[in-house]
Amino acid sequence: MHDAVTAAAVEAVWRIESARIVAALARITGDLGLAEDLAQEALVEALEQWPSVGAPRNPGAWLTAVAKRRAIDGWRRRERLDDRYRAIAHETAEAGEQDWEPIPDDVLRLVFTACSPVLSRESQVALTLRVVGGLTTTEIGRLLLVPVPTVQARITRAKKALAAAHVPFETPEPAEWASRLTAVLGVVYLVFTEGHTATSGPEWLRPDLAEEALRLGRMLAGLLPQEPEVHGLVALMELQASRFAARRGPAGEPVLLADQDRTRWDRAQIARGRAALARAAELGGAPGPYALQAAIAEQHAIAPSVPATDWPAIVRLYDALLRLRANPVVELNRAVAVSMASGPAAGLALVDDLAVRGVLPANHLLPSIRGELLDRLGRTEEARDALQQAAALATNDRVRAVLLAKAAAG
Amino acid sequence: MAKYMLIMRNGGSVERYEDMDFDAVITAMGKYNESMIEAGVLLAGDGLSDASQGAVVEFTGEAPLVTDGPYGEANELFNGFWTIQAATKEEAVEWAKRAPLTAGNKIEVRRVTDESDFAGYEDNEYLQKEREWRGAERA
Repeated sequence: MHDAVTAAAVEAVWRIESARIVAALARITGDLGLAEDLAQEALVEALEQWPSVGAPRNPGAWLTAVAKRRAIDGWRRRERLDDRYRAIAHETAEAGEQDWEPIPDDVLRLVFTACSPVLSRESQVALTLRVVGGLTTTEIGRLLLVPVPTVQARITRAKKALAAAHVPFETPEPAEWASRLTAVLGVVYLVFTEGHTATSGPEWLRPDLAEEALRLGRMLAGLLPQEPEVHGLVALMELQASRFAARRGPAGEPVLLADQDRTRWDRAQIARGRAALARAAELGGAPGPYALQAAIAEQHAIAPSVPATDWPAIVRLYDALLRLRANPVVELNRAVAVSMASGPAAGLALVDDLAVRGVLPANHLLPSIRGELLDRLGRTEEARDALQQAAALATNDRVRAVLLAKAAAG
Repeated sequence: MAKYMLIMRNGGSVERYEDMDFDAVITAMGKYNESMIEAGVLLAGDGLSDASQGAVVEFTGEAPLVTDGPYGEANELFNGFWTIQAATKEEAVEWAKRAPLTAGNKIEVRRVTDESDFAGYEDNEYLQKEREWRGAERA
């Protein structure tokens, strides 16, 4: 007797198990591309078999064993000794199907290999979603708004690049650790920000993509519990995602922080974000860029309203962020915080200084903030000019509409 | 992506808490929870103390009937829950299947409602109040 197994049920197992399966196969073969191909073949076999004979008791072990058998078949067909295949044959002889125990470090190696510096950022994103996130090519295409053949091409290219560069299936050496970890966190945050403020497509907020990034971030926190910035990144994503319901207006338009209905912020998510931020702080050391951005998001999350926000604390956090790395967008945000802490004139002086320095020339943010500050100072005509200038630079349709509406109201 | 609640219930045949090898239970549950944390899907969860310390308020049609625990033959006691993030109901079910539970236990898998489930009723006074109540939980 067994329950009917649907394709959706097989895919659910895949989503849960695939990272560990691909990782285990990649450790044995030393080749992530081959491991992924073998695991995909096992998935196809599961889709054929499980609906008629039922799901195995340990589906992860079953899929891994089938993938290994496929590898050995391929090796025999080719009738030549290939070290990668021979390693699988050896491993299979050593251990039975039920003994299969995934090694957590394998998944960590998988993450670092998928985010290898030999790959383009685009390929890193596609490969990470595929092998670490366990998403199908179709799902990745849907989430990234990219045609499926493009996703397939990116993944194929990535596998070839890894093989061509002989990238070992390993975690980085201590000397490289910090920069490689930064790259991994960057890939996850890029997936999140594309969901958080989409740069393309009709929708500027895509919660499903952001939630995949959150899942990847929480996975990383489980794999690297001693790394404060991993928790900082999770905190930042949880706190930003807690505002999703309030960020989208009734007609799908973006609602700015100041205008958001704070009762719609997800309190459970805020609590999770704050817990992750506390974990980052407990681990010690100077907070990194993600923890600092999360700390800023936390100040907003705990404030009952815009005027009651601890703006001086936010200014101090932006100062700390700028000490880590100069960044004009951060300077601009700091100027807004200064305007809230010390008045619009103080903020405008900083924004004008940025304008004089010619930073962010083609970005709508600077004129849009300048317009807001001029409006608060009662300089209505200058405000309207700045907002119209901002609207002309905005690339997202909905953002442009909001700016034009403000210019008209001024 | 949606949130699902995995609701753990047991039948009358299951051991009472004092008869369990508690260390083994904690370890098995801990491993299960850890697997969901490592997969990045666990959002919340809690276990409940023994039913003998609880009570049941039953709606019979007239005045509510209160029964202190243990509830005699009452089976299918609610023992705890997990809230997880899952792409599909099948994924939530797959996680439920992995819980280290013995024969006689059940896990009910239910999607947690969100604002979209109340579309069209946004103006209801109490839906608005509920948002304020949730807002008041801020730490």
